[in-house]
Formats: sequence, structure tokens, C-alpha cells
Amino acid sequence: MSIKTTIPVISKEAAHFQVVPGEVPVLNIRNLNVRSKNAQILKNINLVVPKNKITVLLGPSGCGKTTLLKCMNRLTDLYSELKLDGSIEIDGEDILSGKYDITQIRQKMGLVMQRPFPLPMSIYDNIAYGLKIKGIRKKSIISEKVEKHLREVALWDEVKDRLKTSAQRLSIGQQQRLCLARGLAVEPEIILADEPTSALDPISSRVIEEEFLKLKADYTIILVTHILRQAKRLADFVVFMYYGEIVEYGPASEIFENPKTDILKEYLRVGH
Amino acid sequence: MTLRRKLEEKFFRVLTALVALLVVFVLAHILYTIISKGASSLSWEILSQEPKGGFYMGGGGGIVNAIAGSFYLAIGASILAFIVSLPVALFINIYLIRYRRLLIGVRFFLDVLWGIPSIVYGAFAFTIMIFFGLRNSLGAGIVTVGALIAPIMIRAMDEVLKTIPIGLQEASYSLGSTKTETAYKIFFKQALPGFATAVLLAFGRGIGDAASVLFTAGYTDHVPRNLSDPTATLPLSIFFQLGSPIEEVQNRAYAAAIVLTFIVLCISITARVLYRKK
Repeated sequence: MSIKTTIPVISKEAAHFQVVPGEVPVLNIRNLNVRSKNAQILKNINLVVPKNKITVLLGPSGCGKTTLLKCMNRLTDLYSELKLDGSIEIDGEDILSGKYDITQIRQKMGLVMQRPFPLPMSIYDNIAYGLKIKGIRKKSIISEKVEKHLREVALWDEVKDRLKTSAQRLSIGQQQRLCLARGLAVEPEIILADEPTSALDPISSRVIEEEFLKLKADYTIILVTHILRQAKRLADFVVFMYYGEIVEYGPASEIFENPKTDILKEYLRVGH
Repeated sequence: MTLRRKLEEKFFRVLTALVALLVVFVLAHILYTIISKGASSLSWEILSQEPKGGFYMGGGGGIVNAIAGSFYLAIGASILAFIVSLPVALFINIYLIRYRRLLIGVRFFLDVLWGIPSIVYGAFAFTIMIFFGLRNSLGAGIVTVGALIAPIMIRAMDEVLKTIPIGLQEASYSLGSTKTETAYKIFFKQALPGFATAVLLAFGRGIGDAASVLFTAGYTDHVPRNLSDPTATLPLSIFFQLGSPIEEVQNRAYAAAIVLTFIVLCISITARVLYRKK
């Protein structure tokens, strides 16, 4: 797995956020700007996300973390007031160019949201839905994958006897794990997680966190959080954002032990 | 509290209670009137037989022509309206949702359609029927009532779809769904109980409407056998019998009113129950 790729240096000021020696990039964001009618939400974002690592987007509420995450699978399309420019490359394809089939690009990314939104169908069908969309029709394959992904999020034993019941009757912690499994079922390369534990109790939160640590062997994870402790527990790399800009980016140890900017120092001090 | 505020508080509490009582009283009085006048005429014969010779002069028979006709018409119109309303309501909430201004415009337009008096729908359909040389018929009535209740159904469905959280939409898209898949596989399922309510509301409106069927569905003493037959309806049956100078016939009009009110009440209550269960 350790193929060393040279990471292209885009521009001098951007280079500051690029250098992650020895990591394989999967997602490459260049000069991304997002504007709404009367505000600039993201300013000149340059970011390379390394493969099979947990990259945490950290920062105070309203700093643009969620917007950045939504840009990555173009959920921003749903909000007509947002105007995007720049490029986001995954596998060498610029997903903002409009040339590619957005549904296929979205299947390269599994999304876990702040609150779980199970589809209005059974537990089984929640997982099978994405598979069917991908064109998998064979029942034996679907059943096998449903089991595999429910096991992957440690939900199988809890629900194996009631796969045909409505997913909306599960507890919120179970729903969140189901939503994670649902996202994994389409076999994405990247998991986008937007404060996935913010609606959960501490025990369910811990379960999700442990899942993430296991899943990074197979997936690249981009996690939005404003919980400093969670970031410290999970992060390999940290992107610290403030008012729509990336202020600092680097390996977790460096960010937490050697913050360079005053804003980050203050954030770490207060947030502790 | 000052005396003024105390008095103000008391005054408005009494006022609101009185107005609420008035509304309940009016409903109770309507029910009392139709039941006291019509209950004596209500019989199995009335409910099960077509009018016989001289029915409108006090002869024998019943109003099954109008009961069956009303059901045929309202069911047909509801199915037709549903076929039109479902795609429109989904289109508004999936595609138009990005275009705020257009969305407001479309909703306003539908509300205007909702507000158009039913006699105007009737007259409009009648001119079209004349143009094509069509006669009064069940089919024409279904189309007219369908057009009358479609805006109601669309807006009722729209209100249900509006409550679907954006998160569910994002979840669907992030799994790689197209807009069509999101509309018919996710939104449709999520909104299904609400849709049932929407259909029943529109059905209730359709079955009780007299003006739109006056010119279009016609009136007959027989239960219609196909779409080109004219058909009787309960509201018109009430109208024609109430116009009679004979008291017995008038009382039968009230009996028909009991039947119609009962149907509409049942539908409203079912719609409420379904909506709550959601």
C-alpha cells in the first residue's frame, strides 16, 4: 500500500497545506471558494487528504467545516444560493467540472450526518438500497453484503432477528451505525462524517469512534467535529478552520502540541 | 396586574370561548336540523332503490342512484387527480426546491386554483363539452371534479412533502440516488401516510360539490353503467328534492343530506386519524 507519490505543489501560499510526505493523496482540493448571496463561506481552500487516514476538520461552529464537507460530494447542489469555484479532484476527476456523473461520484463517498436519517424502509432495505442503485440485483449477493456491512459497524447481532422491521424504530445510536453501514455498502473510498456523534449518548459515541478507528484500514475518513477531545482521540491529520479559511493543517501531534497561530492556541486552551 | 389588564384578560377569554361555542353550536344545529327532518324518511328503501315513477311527487323508491353516482364520481375524480397530483407535488419538492421564487409562484398559483369557485370549473368544462359536442356524463363529471380537487390534493401533498427533512434528501443523494429515485423511492414512501390524508381530503371535497357537476354530470334516476351515462349525485339529489313543495319529498332531501354528511364526516375523521398515525 505504501506507494509514494509526489504531491504536486500548487502555489507558494497553498504549499503550506500540502506537504504531507509519504502519504498517498486521494482527494485534492485546489483554490476552492464558496460564496452565498452576501457572504464568502469558504476562502481559497487548498487541501490534500491522505489515504487511509482520519483527517479531522476542526473549528468553531459556523467556520465552514460542514460546507467544505458537502462540497466534497456536491450536496451543495441542493442549495442554489451557493456558488462554487476551484476544483476538487478525486481519482484525477474534477467533480466540480460537471463532466462526470454526480451519482457515481457520490458513491465514492459515504456520508454520515449529525443526525441519522434512516430511509423510510426496513433495516435490510436501508443497506440494500444503495446496492440496488449500483445495479446489483442478485439476492444472494445483496444478503451477503447486508450482513457484512452490518457486522462492520457492530450492529448485526442487535438486529439480525428483525431485519425486515422499520429502520426508524431503532434507537438513535443504532440508526447512526445503520447510516454508517448504509454508506459503506456502496463501497466508497472516502467516508465523510459530519459531527457523527453530536446527537448520540456517550456510549454510542464511543462505539462510533471505535468503528472509525477500525475502518481507516480500508477507507479514508474525513471527520468534522468541534469536540477537541474527539479530534485528539481520532485524528491522524488535523485541518483547523476559522471563518472559512484553513488556518493550520498538519499531523495531529504537531497541531495539538505545536500550534503556530494564536487562534489555534486560544482554541486549544479554551476547548480543553 | 392593574385592573385594566385584569378586565382585558377576562374579556378576551370570555370572547374566545363564546366564539368557539358559536362554531360548535352551528355545527350541532346543522346536524340537528338534518337529522330531525330527515331521520324519519331514512329507510332501507331510500338507501337501496332507484327512484320509481313519481318519486319527486312523493312516490316510492330511493336515492341509490345519487349515492352510487356520487361514489363513482368522487372515486374516479380522486384517482384522476392523484395521477396528476403525485408527479406535480414531487416535482415541486424535488426540482423546484432550488428555485425559491418560482416555487413561491407555483404554490401561489395552486392556491388561486384552489380558491376558484366550483361553478366556474363547471361552466368551463361545459363550454369544452359543447365545443366537442359531448353530453352530460359520468366521464365529464369525473374530469371536472378531478380538475376541481387536483389543486387541493397537490397542495395537501406538498405540505406533507415540505415536512421531510433536508437530511433525508441529502442521505438519499449521498447514496448515489438520482432525483427520480429520491422522489419515487424515498419521498413517496416517507410521505405515504400523509398522501392518504391528502387523497381523502380531496375526495371529501369532491363528493360534496354540487356546482361543478350541475352541467357536466347531469342527473338521472338510474345508476350509471358506463362513463358516457349521465349520473346523479347526492348534492343535486338534495337540491332537486328540496325544491319540491311536497313535505315528504323535502324530508327525503334531508335524509340524503344525512347520508352525504355522514360520508364526509367519516372521511374527515379517517383522514385525521391517518395523519396522526404518521
